[in-house]
Amino acid sequence: MDAIVRFLKRLGILFTRERFRSDLDEEMAFHREQQEQALQAEGMTTEEAKYAAKRQFGNTARLKEESLDTVGFRFESALQDFRYALRQLRKNPGFACTAILILGLGIGASTAIFSAVNPILFEPLPYPHAGRIMMMSYITEDGTRIAQTFHTYRELAERSHSFETLAVADPWQPTLTGADRPERLDGQKVSADFFRVLGVAPLLGRDFQAADDVLNGPKVVVLSNRLWRRFGADKAIIGQQVKLDGDSYTVIGVMPATFDNVLVSSANVWRPLQFDRTNAASTQTREWGHHLKMIGRLRAGIGIGQARSDLNRIARTPLPEFPRPAWAAMDHGVATNSLQDEITSGIKPALLAVLGAVVLVLLIACVNVTNLLLARGAQRRGEFAMRVALGAARSRLIRQLLTESLLLAGLGGAFGMLVARFGVRALVALSPTELPRVSAIRVDGTVFAFALGITALIGLVVGLIPALLASRSDLHLGVQQSSQRTAGGHQITRRALVVAEVALALVLLVSAGLLLRSLQRLFAIDPGFDASHVLTMQVQESGHRFDTDVDRDRFFTQALEAVRQVPGVATAAFTSQLPLSGDFESFGVQFEVDQNANAEAGFRYAVSPSYFETMHIPLRRGRLLNAHDVAGGPTAVLISESFARRKFPNQDPLGQRVRVGPDIGRADRPWGAIVGVVGDVRQASLALSDSDAFYTASTQWSWVDSVQSLVVRTQGDAAALAPAVRNAIWSVDKDQPIVRVATMENLLATSEAERHFVLILFEAFGLVALALAATGIYGVLSGSVTERTREIGVRVALGATPGDILALVVRQGMTLTVLGVVIGLSGAALASQALVSLLFGVSRLDPVTYLGVIALLAGVSVIACWVPAWRAAHVDPSITLRAE
Amino acid sequence: MAKKPELLPGTLDMLILKTLTRAPLHGYGIALSIKRISEDVLTVEEGSLYPALQRLLLQRWVKAEWKKTETNRRARYYSLTALGRKQLGLELSEFEQMIAAIGRVLQDA
Repeated sequence: MDAIVRFLKRLGILFTRERFRSDLDEEMAFHREQQEQALQAEGMTTEEAKYAAKRQFGNTARLKEESLDTVGFRFESALQDFRYALRQLRKNPGFACTAILILGLGIGASTAIFSAVNPILFEPLPYPHAGRIMMMSYITEDGTRIAQTFHTYRELAERSHSFETLAVADPWQPTLTGADRPERLDGQKVSADFFRVLGVAPLLGRDFQAADDVLNGPKVVVLSNRLWRRFGADKAIIGQQVKLDGDSYTVIGVMPATFDNVLVSSANVWRPLQFDRTNAASTQTREWGHHLKMIGRLRAGIGIGQARSDLNRIARTPLPEFPRPAWAAMDHGVATNSLQDEITSGIKPALLAVLGAVVLVLLIACVNVTNLLLARGAQRRGEFAMRVALGAARSRLIRQLLTESLLLAGLGGAFGMLVARFGVRALVALSPTELPRVSAIRVDGTVFAFALGITALIGLVVGLIPALLASRSDLHLGVQQSSQRTAGGHQITRRALVVAEVALALVLLVSAGLLLRSLQRLFAIDPGFDASHVLTMQVQESGHRFDTDVDRDRFFTQALEAVRQVPGVATAAFTSQLPLSGDFESFGVQFEVDQNANAEAGFRYAVSPSYFETMHIPLRRGRLLNAHDVAGGPTAVLISESFARRKFPNQDPLGQRVRVGPDIGRADRPWGAIVGVVGDVRQASLALSDSDAFYTASTQWSWVDSVQSLVVRTQGDAAALAPAVRNAIWSVDKDQPIVRVATMENLLATSEAERHFVLILFEAFGLVALALAATGIYGVLSGSVTERTREIGVRVALGATPGDILALVVRQGMTLTVLGVVIGLSGAALASQALVSLLFGVSRLDPVTYLGVIALLAGVSVIACWVPAWRAAHVDPSITLRAE
Repeated sequence: MAKKPELLPGTLDMLILKTLTRAPLHGYGIALSIKRISEDVLTVEEGSLYPALQRLLLQRWVKAEWKKTETNRRARYYSLTALGRKQLGLELSEFEQMIAAIGRVLQDA
């Protein structure tokens, strides 16, 4: 009750603040007058009485302040501090803008990076109880984890007790026809429980049921929300037909817009898998092929450890009712990991490195602003001293300074949010395609909270040192404005901060340098073909017109013929897989010389004979493929150089008999022969030299591939020819979708997109760090020169030459740089450990990089030192000495 | 300049309240009265009366009123409220208990 009355009273006073003040003034004045009169009556002169009365009364300003504090609210003094801080910043727009800019960039960059990293590394996947969703991979002899087979899934699903449900998914890229242009969709064939494992139900219609997922089952699809909206977002779509690959599919469901399919984020359509559950006895079937991604939802209360031992127990104990061929024997157990880890593990090192880098940038920004505040603190010593003399308590002064730095940080943070919004857009645009969950990258509440948090933290951290230093008790020195002789504690702190800045900048620059050299090394690698002037695109056949090999081959042959007619095309060819495009397909090769051993695996290329000529892949021995290598004839096989060297170190590989792919082990199939050896080609990535590969003519493979990549060597600009080439193919059949149109040079560049992405960020951060460190050195030296003007004047008067003075100042600056470099080197050596997985062909302690960065830092430091040094060297002693 | 004894902390409010039991006074009057009655032993930094008075006002232990002085000047007069009288009684008895306790300790020692 009393508290309420007091509050109301305070509120009353708040609205009559002016009245309160004038009343207080009046009664205090009255008091002093009465006192004066009394003292005069005792015999003092008017002047004496006035002075004595004042002294007895005390510090009027402080007492008024105290009275106001008594009746005021706490926020009022905060508001006052705030207004004062605002005024201070307005008085020094240069300082304010610099600080806000630096903080804004630091906060903005870290917020942007955080918003990219947060959904990938920290947030759970967007599914209910996402932590319970696991992914299970097959482990091969050499420990590689690969996709599962259908019958492995069936066995695990029936025998395991750890999971509520298990599901498998197979990539599916149907062609949507009916519109004016054929369009290839990304999709998945999934087992019936797929959406139930993820825990997401369709928005409209129904989920897949077990009855949908049977061999030759109904042709039904579930659409993504995106695709449904493109179809007009009509709820009546359920039950309607869509035309995919020439077949009619009935739409049974539409997923919600919030559904983010992390396995294939571009997937727009799903159909039941409809594999044969009963053919486990025959092994040459798609049901025994390793091409399924398997996921499962753990039962509540079951840990990942229990699930692992459960699945590994099943792997160890085969049952007769679940036969397993050699390649799916599960001899090495089952790799069980959370789905989150599976989809992020690849990108994690890169993201953590970038996160680390941006933290360094933020640190440097903070150090820089602290330095600016310290410099300003030094300028404002007089002001602080005055305020203390007028009765300001030390705590009040600290509060005031903290308010100022919080205000700075707040403004910096606001600017930073702006930077972050653009930064996030740039990040998404720059991001490598394999970056998972790109759609979840945005500036949301979490990110905002993060930005707010670091802003507040920065305000406090950045403000605390200057505030403590500025409010130190030796402030009376400040009143005597000749304090220039004392290069007090703030100078030492400022130098320490500059050393820290240089050290941090070195760490960033070394990291950027190592990445740059890695990328240089990578792009210096010969991919095994000539990427210039080569246009590529993927062509797919769809529809029942192409059900037979003959029809398929006819289309590709005609298309190739049409492409060759396009002016500007030198040569052209089709291939089943394209190097450095993300294609990754290997098949077994069985050599007659050791036909009882396990088949060797190599990248399989089924190509047009002109492929080598088009790609400029050199022939090492024997002959290339030619028009006589056609279906029905003996299979002519080319193998790669290193494959030949490894397999036939002391023999002639030419004429060796082989069976490839599905022919392996089939005595009814004739042997093929190695007819030539060609140069190695980098298939998976420039960094991987795994070059075992074999080539056959596309008609001599067990089937004619329905998806092939066209490569075109052009006379002029490759990209410019794309529309003409596409139209040439469509002139043969307008219903065939063409995707992934890119020049070979583009593919080469994007194959290293992840490293490139990280490099761009590190370069940007490194440059910012360098610039900030340089400003730091410059600022400290300028301040120091100003403070030492008198000393320098004396030196010059005593005979020091401008050169001496120049050396003096530069030496002072370079001492800081050298200290920073020494500290930074150990930091860089440590930090580079985090980068190891991103490096290629350079040691993380690569001396060239370290020396180069040191030289760069030293050079920039000298420049930063030079300006203040030059100024110092031109000090006129007669002026400076007189000025004192 | 001889150092004057410091006022015991927390006693200023009590002194003001006690002074006001006799008659309403303005700030200067309160200071004067404390000084005179304590025979110059207790002198406060006079200005510090005013924050204290604000505190008492807020607690509703005193109330204030602008009135004319005998010399016909405007001054703010403070007077004790019933609540203030009760508070004074409370503080006095606490104070006496404390003084008595300190006295006993000092005598025994």
